[in-house]
Formats: sequence, C-alpha cells, structure tokens
Amino acid sequence: MRKTCIKMIHELAQRDERVVFIGSDLSPGLLSEMKEEMPERYFMEGVTEANVIGMAAGMAMDNFVPYVNTIATFITRRCYEQVALDLCLHDLPVRLIGNGGGVVYAPLGPTHLAVEDMAIMRALPNMTVVAVSDAEEMVRLMEASLNWPHPIYIRLGKGGDPVISREEHGFEIGRGIVLKAAARPGAALLISTGVMTARTLAAAESLAGDGHDVEVLHMHTVKPLDAELLLERARHVHCICTVEEHSVIGGLGSAVVDALVDAGRFSLPVMRRLGLPDRFADSYGVQDDLLERFGLQPEQIAETVGELMRLDRVA
Amino acid sequence: MPDKPLDDRSKFLRRLVVRGLEGGNRGHVGSSMSLVEILRVLYDSVLRFDPKTPADPARDRCILSKGHGCLALYAILVDKGFVDPKELDRFCLPGGMLGGHPERGKVPGVEASTGALGHGLSIGLGMALAARAQCRDSQVFVVMGDGEINEGSIWEAALCAGKHGLSNLWALVDYNKIQSAGPTRDIQDLEPLTDKWRAFGFETLEVDGHDVDALEAVLGTGAPNLDKPTAIVCHTVKGKGIPFAENDPKWHHHSKFDPRVLEEMYAALEPGS
Repeated sequence: MRKTCIKMIHELAQRDERVVFIGSDLSPGLLSEMKEEMPERYFMEGVTEANVIGMAAGMAMDNFVPYVNTIATFITRRCYEQVALDLCLHDLPVRLIGNGGGVVYAPLGPTHLAVEDMAIMRALPNMTVVAVSDAEEMVRLMEASLNWPHPIYIRLGKGGDPVISREEHGFEIGRGIVLKAAARPGAALLISTGVMTARTLAAAESLAGDGHDVEVLHMHTVKPLDAELLLERARHVHCICTVEEHSVIGGLGSAVVDALVDAGRFSLPVMRRLGLPDRFADSYGVQDDLLERFGLQPEQIAETVGELMRLDRVA
Repeated sequence: MPDKPLDDRSKFLRRLVVRGLEGGNRGHVGSSMSLVEILRVLYDSVLRFDPKTPADPARDRCILSKGHGCLALYAILVDKGFVDPKELDRFCLPGGMLGGHPERGKVPGVEASTGALGHGLSIGLGMALAARAQCRDSQVFVVMGDGEINEGSIWEAALCAGKHGLSNLWALVDYNKIQSAGPTRDIQDLEPLTDKWRAFGFETLEVDGHDVDALEAVLGTGAPNLDKPTAIVCHTVKGKGIPFAENDPKWHHHSKFDPRVLEEMYAALEPGS
C-alpha cells in the first residue's frame, strides 16, 4: 500500500504539473526517478514537520497540489497547529500521507504508534480522513485525490496487506462500500476501515460459516462519513460492531455513533466499538501481536460479534 | 539610532490604526505602531499589486506573520483601496470584515491567515518555491515579530530557505525589543540576532524600521544576494508615535479605552505636530 501510494505520486505528477512531493527525512532513494525527472517538484526537507506543512500550504495557495509524506504520528501530532491553521483554515488541497497508521510500528514502541491520528484529524473542519484497505484501493484513492478540493489525511498500512477491495465497487471519497451484503433484515452489521476491513471480512466469513447472517460495510472515508449509506444499512439490523486499528476514542466507532445519534431516526441497536484501548501500548512485537493483544484478529472479532448477537437476543 | 520625527503620511496611517482601536475598543497598540513604516514602504515603494485584482498570480506577496499587528496592515490596505475605511469602525465587531487577526479570503489583500505565531515564514517559503517553479519573478516578504521568532518553526523554515537559496524570499523582523511579557532580552534573548540569520544562510541587513528613506534603500533595490534569501532586522520602537505607549510592555494590547486616551492618541498624531 505504501509503495503503491508513493509510486502513484510520481504517476500523478507526470500527468499533472500541479503535483509536488514533499518528504521529511524518508528512506534514501525514495522517488529517486521523480527527483531526477522533475527536481523542481521534489522536496526532501529534513525533520521539519511544522515547516513542511506551512511550505505545502504556501505552494497550494499558488496552485500546487502537494503530497506530503512522513510517519503518521509526526505528520499529525508534531505539526497539529500547522495542519489546523495553514491547511484546514485555508481549506487547501494538500495531501498528508501518514506511514504506519495504527500499530504498524509496534516494535518501536508508543512514540511511533499512530492510534489517535484519525480522531485528531477528524476533529478539524475541512479535513478529509481516509484509510483504504489495500494497495489496489490505494490506486483508486490516489486517482480520486487529485482534484479533491480539501486537505486529506491518508493513513497508510504496513504494506503487503491482502487485497480484498474490488474494482467493480468503484471508489469515491466519502462513499462507503458494502463488501458483503446480508441475506435478510435483522443481520449483524460490521463496519470497518483501513486494513481492518480484511480482518473484519474474514470474521464475517467465519460467522457466516456458523450460520450467522452478517453484513460488512467498508468505510474507507472516516470523514466525511457516508451517513446516508450507514443509516440505510443500520435501519433494520439488530447489532452493530465497528472495527478499527485506532483508539476507541474519536475514530470510526465514534463517527458511526455520532452519525446514528445525530440522525435521531430510530432507536440504536446493540453496539460495540472494537479498537485499541485508551492507554499507551505496553508491549512490543509486531503489528499482529498488538492486534491480537487487543482482540482485533479475525477470530477474536468473530467471537465478540457472536457475544453481541447473543446479548441482542437476551435483550 | 537616529530618531527622525514621523512625517504626515506616517501619522495619517497611525490615525487609521487608532480609528480601528476606537472601532473595536481594543487592539494591539504597541505591536501595530512599530510596524507602520515597514508596511508603508513595502506597499508604497516595493510591492507590485493591484487592489482591483488582488489574486493576480504575478503580484508580489506580503505576509504579516505577526498577525496581532493587523491594524497596521488594515491601515495600509484601507489606504491602498483594498478595504473600505468604514470597516475600521467595525474592527472585531459582529458583521465586520476585520478581525483581531488577519484572514485570507475575508480581507482582500491579506495573503495568509495568521495570528498563531511562527507560521508565516514557512508559508512564504512555499510561495517563494512556487514562484521559482512557475518561473514567476514574484517576491515574497514575510514580516515577523521579535517575540514570534521564539517559535522553533521559524528556524525550521529559515533552515529550508537557506538550503534552497531563495533570493525571492525576504524575512523582515520588527525588532521592537519588547514581547508580551516584557523586554526580549529578559524573556528570551535573541542576540546576536543578525548573526543567527546569517548562520542560517541569509544575506542580512539592519535598518532603522521607522526611517522611510533607509527602508526604501534596503527594500527597493532588489535582492542583495542572488543566491540567498534576505533577512532584514528592522530596529523599531514598540508603540511608536504614541508617546505614552512607546517602549511600554503594558501597551502591547489594550482594551476598553478611556475616550480621553483615544483623544490623546489622535492629538499626538495631528499632521504637522
């Protein structure tokens, strides 16, 4: 997903002279062909996150579309005021690409885990927040990003994630995708984003194998959330479970609850927000280790949803 | 530092500042008054712009990074025809165009929304890089406060500007030597300030920031070094032109004016006085 995203910046830049790349202090040789081909639109500015956001804003004010890339924690937390004011207040078409969203950098510890990135980006007016499921969906997002008139935060996964997105579903920023439809009203609705959609889909298949009717909704765009699709699919379900590699505070689960409450059209079904707990990670390992520790692997998701469905019946 | 008396044009622009202070019954008095000649010379003698086409890509850009000094910017924008002078009477009021910090998109001629400190130099850097990439000869002037350059982001931007050798980027420091909490030498000493900018890769100049001829001499003759950005340390007086406010940190910002104080301000700024 990351390689595809970076490669797409070069492709877009070849097609559109407004596109520039701004990195902080990334891998040696990153986008070296772009650097050679169009040095006036390639920038590697060192560990100056606050500065690169302002610089991107200045370029966007003069008709460029900057794609800015660094580690997710640093592109969100380190320069939050610049993102809020330079980008969002001016409503500029700058794209922030955050490497290692969620617990990708598990071995590096809590300084490098971007577990509240979507919450803090989502809180900013004019900001769009997107987490695609795989490399193929990344291509579709990057195509759609070119002419999106607002700032976008693009959360990257680890890379090598299984491809579960399908071309026939298309891609539109702000439009959710029903990846697995329920057979009849009254099913359990699973809503996920980013690389957790693959795990959620696997959980849904497992539940289906046990005879449970489950629907999976992929919300690649956490903001603006596709409230219309959400309300349509949530209307007749008995329980909803949101799944995200993010703090339970402020991310997809919160966005779903906000949209349901704000709509105020029907009483809320039994719900559970699966995500990372409100505490700093206390162990290392790899991404999958932390996801398992926090109950976010497919069999654990299936188990939680199973409990939820039983709860629903008891209620 | 020579202390030339302010001429009638400088007094006129300051009276517009006082009109804004009176309209909103508040404002950054000292921070605006120290800026007047810097902005006056930029808009009178240096910048290429047309108030009828404020978004013309070929224009020069001036970013007031110390956004709290906005009344000085509003005064010159009113004077140049970007903004109706009646807006000064609604400064900071509901329905008014002019807020306590300048906003791009709301106020014609304002290039960037500033107010949170330390943002303008990076934005100006981006504009200067954009001009270079688009083969435009637009010059970009960023006016900063001395307290403002406590911010680390300014020095990140300075590193980058030096690296890129952006001769179309000008960093101007309104060095009135008093920040909100008190004298800069006590709060966060900036000296040796000119050496700092030089060390970051800038061509450096120092000037009396109230001497119109001296400002024209350093700003109006093009970049002094075609391989470097330029930093100009403008030595100024906080509250310049209002005798009781000069060099007094208590006049950094003021609200709820006694009408007699406003009268004293206008009296000090009478033409020919």
